[in-house]
Amino acid sequence: MEFFRNPNIDFLGKKWYFLAFSLVFSVAGIFSMLFWHGIPYGVDFRGGTLVYVKFAQAPDNNAIRASMDRAGLHNARIQSYGSPGSNEVLIDVSEQETSEQALDRSKTQIINALESNAPADKQDLNNTGFLTIKNYLMQKDPLHLGTDAEQRYTAQAQAIVNYRDKVKDGVLHSLDELKAAADPAVVASLSDGFFLSNFGVRNVEIVGPQVGAQLRKQALLATAYSLAGMLVYLAFRFEWIYGVAAVITVFHDTLITVGAFSLMNKEISLTVIAAILTLIGYSNNDTIVVFDRIRENLKLMRREKLSDIVNRSINQTLSRTILTAGLTFLTVLALYLFGGEVLKGFSLALVIGILIGTYSSIAIAAPILVAYQDWRSGRGKPPVMVPVGKEAIRREKVKAKA
Amino acid sequence: MNKNLGWKLIVIVATLLFFVFGIFGPPDNWSGGPLTALQNRIHLGLDLKGGTHLILQVQVNDAVNVDSDNAVERLKADLRARKINYTEISKPDAANNPDKIVLKGVPPESRSDLLTIVQDRLPEYQLTSGADNTWTVSMKPQALADLKNRAVTQAIETIRNRIDQLGVSEPIIEEHGLGQYQILVQLPGVDDPARVKDIMQSTAMLEIRQSFGGPYPSEQAALQDKGGVLPPDQVLVPGGHSMGSTDGGQTWYLISRASAVTGRDLRTADQSRDENGQPSVSFTLTGEGGRRFASFTGAHVGDNLAVVLDNKVQEVAVIKDQIHDQGVINGRFTEQQAKDLSMTLRSGALPAGIKYLEERTVGPSLGSDSIRAGVTAAVIGMLAVLIFMLVYYHAAGINADIALILNLIILLGFLGFSGATLTLPGIAGVILTVGMGVDSNVLIFERIREELRNGKTPPSAVEQGFGHAWITIVDTHVTTIVSAIILFLFGTGPVKGFAVTLSFGLFANLFTAVFVSRVIFDWLLSRKQRGEALSIG
Repeated sequence: MEFFRNPNIDFLGKKWYFLAFSLVFSVAGIFSMLFWHGIPYGVDFRGGTLVYVKFAQAPDNNAIRASMDRAGLHNARIQSYGSPGSNEVLIDVSEQETSEQALDRSKTQIINALESNAPADKQDLNNTGFLTIKNYLMQKDPLHLGTDAEQRYTAQAQAIVNYRDKVKDGVLHSLDELKAAADPAVVASLSDGFFLSNFGVRNVEIVGPQVGAQLRKQALLATAYSLAGMLVYLAFRFEWIYGVAAVITVFHDTLITVGAFSLMNKEISLTVIAAILTLIGYSNNDTIVVFDRIRENLKLMRREKLSDIVNRSINQTLSRTILTAGLTFLTVLALYLFGGEVLKGFSLALVIGILIGTYSSIAIAAPILVAYQDWRSGRGKPPVMVPVGKEAIRREKVKAKA
Repeated sequence: MNKNLGWKLIVIVATLLFFVFGIFGPPDNWSGGPLTALQNRIHLGLDLKGGTHLILQVQVNDAVNVDSDNAVERLKADLRARKINYTEISKPDAANNPDKIVLKGVPPESRSDLLTIVQDRLPEYQLTSGADNTWTVSMKPQALADLKNRAVTQAIETIRNRIDQLGVSEPIIEEHGLGQYQILVQLPGVDDPARVKDIMQSTAMLEIRQSFGGPYPSEQAALQDKGGVLPPDQVLVPGGHSMGSTDGGQTWYLISRASAVTGRDLRTADQSRDENGQPSVSFTLTGEGGRRFASFTGAHVGDNLAVVLDNKVQEVAVIKDQIHDQGVINGRFTEQQAKDLSMTLRSGALPAGIKYLEERTVGPSLGSDSIRAGVTAAVIGMLAVLIFMLVYYHAAGINADIALILNLIILLGFLGFSGATLTLPGIAGVILTVGMGVDSNVLIFERIREELRNGKTPPSAVEQGFGHAWITIVDTHVTTIVSAIILFLFGTGPVKGFAVTLSFGLFANLFTAVFVSRVIFDWLLSRKQRGEALSIG
């Protein structure tokens, strides 16, 4: 099987179309970042409180919003989350209400608001940790154990928490359900101190403003270091203009990926930045393969025009470029479709980035080399010096000596 | 050639066995079946097994303030002893420059005496002169930095002691390298951080100071009582649990700035009951602390002392007689509070307050969902790639598939050996390794096909294919690994896990895609007749 047998496409002849395509997407992204959605920072970068809640029944987002309003959280964002039947809701309170003096205040407010009709002197068993349950049991001693109570009650509390979280997916509907996991006397004693709300908190993220600012700075620095690392390595392996071309290309990919997140108003979290940093490395792969081939062909085809050599090199590697990108895309797509809600942003960045990265290694990187040479010869400089690999130059010198 | 091949096969099989051992561990780990063995070997991150992740910051200026307050007291005593006059000694900017002490009105002729005092008695401080007989005593920069770092180390130690007493398994408590004076705390299995945080946060800073007045119903009332100005060596401190108040409102006490003894002088602290049967905490002091306490109480018989906990007055009592090394803190505690307090006092006081900067809790139900989703995606992605390679490259596809599976085994074995933590993004890293790892095979195979098309014989096509592709493969791997290393340096927790699996997966790929694939090709070719075609799609 073979997808491309001896392709012969004039890629360089279409460079204006490519340029227009890239410009449209870059500019749209920049406009969105500046004037429309801005850069949609996730909670990691903007600070704030996110509480992921799973309800026992299908939740009514308007009712949740109303109860948040009553609790004084007027800017809370309520959003359904996960697959439709999962009854999950994300409650998002922005940074203004998350101060470092009382970092978890918003979280407590949110949970209290959701538990608004709770009995005053009881705790919510769906949102109580193992330690609290253990301490409660030790104090009540429903099994009248005396000396080795700690060990027994630790095991009972562990069984209760495990049953709730692993079997019942975090939400118990009635205390009777627990009889499957714990001693009936223990369950009976729980009902004195606990009640069951209709939800369980699955995940909480609270980021104070200081960490948000710190992470923003680090994400920017890490991206800059990555780009610089690529530039240095490629300049060392090839010629500096190859490094520059590759870094411009990767920067273009990064810009369009971030722009796409802004256009779609998808949040950029820490893992999205991780995906982008990975893409900086990965997008270069295709570019390097094309550059390697250009360098090889420059030695073989000394009489031909650079643009012909570049075109030929892209075509020769086209099959390989499409295949490898396609295979990586396949795995990333699996990640996007089946990898779960937590990784959605991460895999989306990879899906977009791999598409753009493959396109740009064909449509942006190589044309920059040709454009640079045209520009140099336009200024009357000798064209030959430019994209010849180091090895070829060394050979040239050896020849000159001989 | 054949002999060479034999050696290479041995290397491959040995590597395979070595990393399979890495995955499942020694045989005594196998009793529960392969899945349990795997679970015992590979550490899951908090995002997969549930737990709490906290980043907190040590308020190091607290520790500096304690040190400089003591320095002020020592200076005063020495100045008095040497009969050096001064008009005022103060710390003008305790919030931002906590180590800066300003001494005003020292006569010029006392200059050398003052210098001697600072040099001999306060070796960590330096003296600089200003206009109008004003002197500034401040900490030497190195000493200041040491003090701050010591505060962080001590805070880590204290927090570890407290968490150990709570019985949390495998907690991580370490300095968080990305910020200033930050500590990372990871508590697997704790999905209700409130209680843990209370216990960690209580600085439990116990001090016994002299009390000069109170309770006052408000700060203004206290000021009026002292004629509008507080003496510089006294401060107003709120009373804990509205003690001494008739209507339950906040009260205030006027107490000395310096303390006679602090929590550092404690030898033990235990939960006990006072004479009324109420829960209380009794403590004994160390030898040195006991001596200081004895000399303080001896000199102040008839005065009041205040027991101050976390900057709140818990108790005020008249010193009836000299006390040596024992005391009791009464304070309307509940049983639980008295227990927690004695525990935190025992585990040592935090040298400074802490502030929470970040808190993330992953419930265990989400963690197991994430594992399921991650593994599903990995299996589907892997199968898709394996099948595609078979369809596209026929027999050579088997070669690539073997290399890929070996790649995966080496990666998992590495995780087992190194004790590196597998996070959800780490699973994504495994999937990406599959996708990116197969690139190397594609690169080589496409090159071989090209050489075959150009009329080369199979052995020389294989030779050329691997030869040309090798340099390119190294280049592409280096760029991705450079990104991953930067990611490792920049990221925390889950992201670090991703960087680790991705980089190691790609290292392993250099071995599998290049060396292993090559050996398989050579083996196939060695069994073929001259001129027989190579199945590469």
